[in-house]
Amino acid sequence: MIDSEQVRYVARLARLRLSDEEVDRMTGELGSILDHIEKISALDLEGVEPTSHVVELENVLRPDEPHESLPRDVALAEAPDANETGFRVPSPGA
Amino acid sequence: MPEAVAERAYEPVIGLEIHVQLSTRTKMFCGCALSFGEEPNTRTCPVCLGLPGTLPVVNAEAVHYGLMIGMALGCEPASRSIFHRKNYFYPDLPKGYQVSQYDVPLARDGRLGDIRIHRVHLEEDAAKLVHAGASGRIHSAEASVVDFNRGGTPLVEIVTEPDVRSAAQAAKWLRLLRVTLRSLGVSDVNMDEGSLRCDANVSLRPAGQTTLGTKAELKNMNSFRFLERGIDAELARQEAILREGGSVVQETLHYDTRTGAISSLRSKEEAHDYRYFPEPDLVPVAPTEEMLERARRALPELPAERAERLERDFGLAPDAATLLAFRTELGDFFETTVQAGGENADARAIANWVTGELTANLGDADPGESKVEPAALARLVAMVADGAVAGSAAKEVLSALVAEGGDPERIVEKKGLGRADAGELSGIVERAMSEQADAVQKVREGNDKAIGAIMGVVMRETKGRADGGEVQRLIRERL
Amino acid sequence: MSSEVTELTAADAAGRVRGGELSAAELFAAWRERAAGDSLNAYLWLADEAPGEIAVEGPLGGVPLAVKDLFCTEGIPSAAGSRILEGYRPPYTATVVERLTQAGAPTLGKTNMDEFAMGSSNENSGFGPVKNPWDESRVPGGSSGGSAAAVAAGLAPWAIGTDTGGSIRQPAALCGIVGLKPTYGACSRYGMIAFASSLDQAGPLTRDVTDCALLFGQMIGRDPRDSTSLAFPEELTLPTAERLDGLRFGVPPELSGEGIEPGVREVFDQTLARIEELGGQVVDVALPHSNEGISAYYLIAPAEASANLARFDGVRYGARAGDGDLLSMYEETREQGFGDEVKRRILIGTYALSSGYYDALYGRALRVRTKIAQDFRAAFERVDLIVTPTSPTVAFGLGERTDDPLAMYLSDFCTVPMPLAGIPAISIPGGMSEGLPVGVQLAGPAFSEGRILDAAFALETAIGFDGSAARDA
Ligand SMILES: [Mg+2]
Ligand SMILES: [Zn+2]
Repeated sequence: MIDSEQVRYVARLARLRLSDEEVDRMTGELGSILDHIEKISALDLEGVEPTSHVVELENVLRPDEPHESLPRDVALAEAPDANETGFRVPSPGA
Repeated sequence: MPEAVAERAYEPVIGLEIHVQLSTRTKMFCGCALSFGEEPNTRTCPVCLGLPGTLPVVNAEAVHYGLMIGMALGCEPASRSIFHRKNYFYPDLPKGYQVSQYDVPLARDGRLGDIRIHRVHLEEDAAKLVHAGASGRIHSAEASVVDFNRGGTPLVEIVTEPDVRSAAQAAKWLRLLRVTLRSLGVSDVNMDEGSLRCDANVSLRPAGQTTLGTKAELKNMNSFRFLERGIDAELARQEAILREGGSVVQETLHYDTRTGAISSLRSKEEAHDYRYFPEPDLVPVAPTEEMLERARRALPELPAERAERLERDFGLAPDAATLLAFRTELGDFFETTVQAGGENADARAIANWVTGELTANLGDADPGESKVEPAALARLVAMVADGAVAGSAAKEVLSALVAEGGDPERIVEKKGLGRADAGELSGIVERAMSEQADAVQKVREGNDKAIGAIMGVVMRETKGRADGGEVQRLIRERL
Repeated sequence: MSSEVTELTAADAAGRVRGGELSAAELFAAWRERAAGDSLNAYLWLADEAPGEIAVEGPLGGVPLAVKDLFCTEGIPSAAGSRILEGYRPPYTATVVERLTQAGAPTLGKTNMDEFAMGSSNENSGFGPVKNPWDESRVPGGSSGGSAAAVAAGLAPWAIGTDTGGSIRQPAALCGIVGLKPTYGACSRYGMIAFASSLDQAGPLTRDVTDCALLFGQMIGRDPRDSTSLAFPEELTLPTAERLDGLRFGVPPELSGEGIEPGVREVFDQTLARIEELGGQVVDVALPHSNEGISAYYLIAPAEASANLARFDGVRYGARAGDGDLLSMYEETREQGFGDEVKRRILIGTYALSSGYYDALYGRALRVRTKIAQDFRAAFERVDLIVTPTSPTVAFGLGERTDDPLAMYLSDFCTVPMPLAGIPAISIPGGMSEGLPVGVQLAGPAFSEGRILDAAFALETAIGFDGSAARDA
């Protein structure tokens, strides 16, 4: 059902670096899990609405009123790499 | 085959995707105040930093603005619209997904001017990547710093149908969109500050064909000029490819506003599988009758409507009507001046003065803020009409009004700008003709142009207070 | 002294503190001392001392609370059992924890859990597995295994956990305590590190049903910071029911027959007999799609998780790895920070949402979810409550199922249908099998927690389960 190329593709989308050994293991494990899961493709779900929310709420809106923002040192406190003004990251495409 | 291709003419097919930053007080999903050049990372909270465990809550005013925009663009508001997660990794995207709308946008199927609107939806803006590299250009920077002040700013995305057929049309239409949005007061719509951003989906197809060619998405055209240049450059690039018998690849392109070069943005970070799925942290937005009514009532007369009305009700020329409608403050000054002028006010004359002399004097300034009283301008235009002041003198009066305001009659008196009468004129004319004896001779020999020299003298003598037609008559009488 | 007050149920202790017979500071110290003796790896962090201010006048009477590591607590490590968040101290506190603190339950410590609440055995913790106090060679269940083990072992008077597919009820069952998974929306999710947003709910893990009702009563309520939270529609009082007269209990064969081990089935049958002794009526009721519950659950939860865990990218908090290039920052940080089970679920979820598979996998799962909710609605036309075993087996051995993820998933089939339908369910101890506790689950319609707690209270009294053995250990 799922082959190692698909596992590599999905791992790339999810930004997970997998070793070849992990790819093989995951391909096997995901394969057996998905084989089981795909039993649902046997069900007749014609005309059945999907449920993405179980609560029947609508229009839960917030008044446009400002709150205190965090002091910058608090915002940056947990950053693995920050300078005095912000979060440092490797540049895209660099 | 290439020859055959070379014969063909191609038709541009262009669709625009516009992102508009809303001028609400707070962000889309948290209560942080919007940022206007504050110190980096001083407008953040656990929610807009995407801290673990935090949840979004929709800003009611952003929905209101979104509905106003949808209505102003003639769209049908959705009875029930939902948010989706658009998944991709980028340092300016704190949650690893953008909360946006997908298959059920806030509003759809509208029209502005000659372009159909496909959809209008709400989403959150990304943060800002500040590149440490020398040039601001993305690819030359080594390390970057993320500033989350902008992250989470409410955005409305407007997507047009592929109805645009030229770069010039795109720029012209985007101007119409900008004044329309500005009149709603929902955004600063400033392209170089990024509160109005435009991407273009550009493709070519053999003229007469109806199927769409492969499109390329052109990004980063942060001014009307660059939008036009960028599209033209891309059209040229695609046409060259097609004429070679090659084919355009679907990709995202970056227009370098400095060099004018177009380069592919596809880099190793790009993943085009966004895995949209319904945002489980938010519930649907189902505009109630009150919400719709509030948005409807908030809509002003839109520029396009006003232009039509000015043409219709005042018989203005399309250009004048458009200028007055697109520059709201000019339109307002025009209409109050016409009112001040009473029933026999000449609206077209007033429009000419407002769009001509007045703007020449004031530049971009709002005449409503100037020293010129609408009643004074109305009076001046009337004086010109019944010949109390000659055209060129009237211009001098207007400059005086702009400089110190006041009443045109008094200025005419004070400066002696009243129209010169026949008696006064004949003397001046005779003196001018004797002074310009040889010009007189030339005219008599049939060189009619020479009369200009004589008139010039008269005009100089009268400081423009004379009426050109009358002066000619007086000269010819004496030939 | 300390051994004595820690033998009290939380409700009794709260009563004494509010009655002035017991000082909250002493109570905290006594529990702090018990917790310090944790030999089960139940705690990841312990408070050094009683907080300066304890709201003793609150309904929770100053009785300290063990908090699952999934809840963010300001200035206190909150790592969701993951290495990727090791040492992370949030700048804010989860709404539920805030409410409980104000109601008089100061935080005693943070409890161990399966990484990001993904697991049924606690073996997926980034900080080592938790041991079951009844038999330290066995798992406590998961993902709220630390909370369950702490309460069962008398290392905490009560605790809170979270339940996505059974993460409160199953460890409660395996540890012989009470665990309630509330109606979706009853408790705010703000500050709960998200696993599967449309399923996650916070709930109590307690020694008995009364403690459960007392704690739950202070967790509920609409939170303006959680768009999916609702005001609880009715006043909750402490349960007093002694009989079950007039109540109809439905037994779904799909969740109580095949796959249930004999010892568990035996305890379950005894419980059904007790229900009838107490005047309740037991009938069969069908939940035809509940067998597809596992499939729907293991598509929906990983899909949502794949997005919820994307924020762990090494930019704003947590660990960062990589060789200075952006892609490697992402891939190395996540490769090193996440455990195998988390990666497995991220991969499944990403796959289920990826182009070409959405309709066949995630999209179908959402439709199965509709069917499961319809099944329950139909069932509750005929019965007041549904009763099933909580777990098909008693606590299994550490390491027994670690290399068979599918088997581990399948063992959740009794608990996943309820969160898919958003309805509440409780697990209470029904008896013992092979010297290990067996849990019985009662489920009801949305916001029927009052009814569930009443019935559970009557049953509990009749069953008279004695959990003291695990506390003496
Ligand atoms: Mg967009
Ligand atoms: Zn914020």
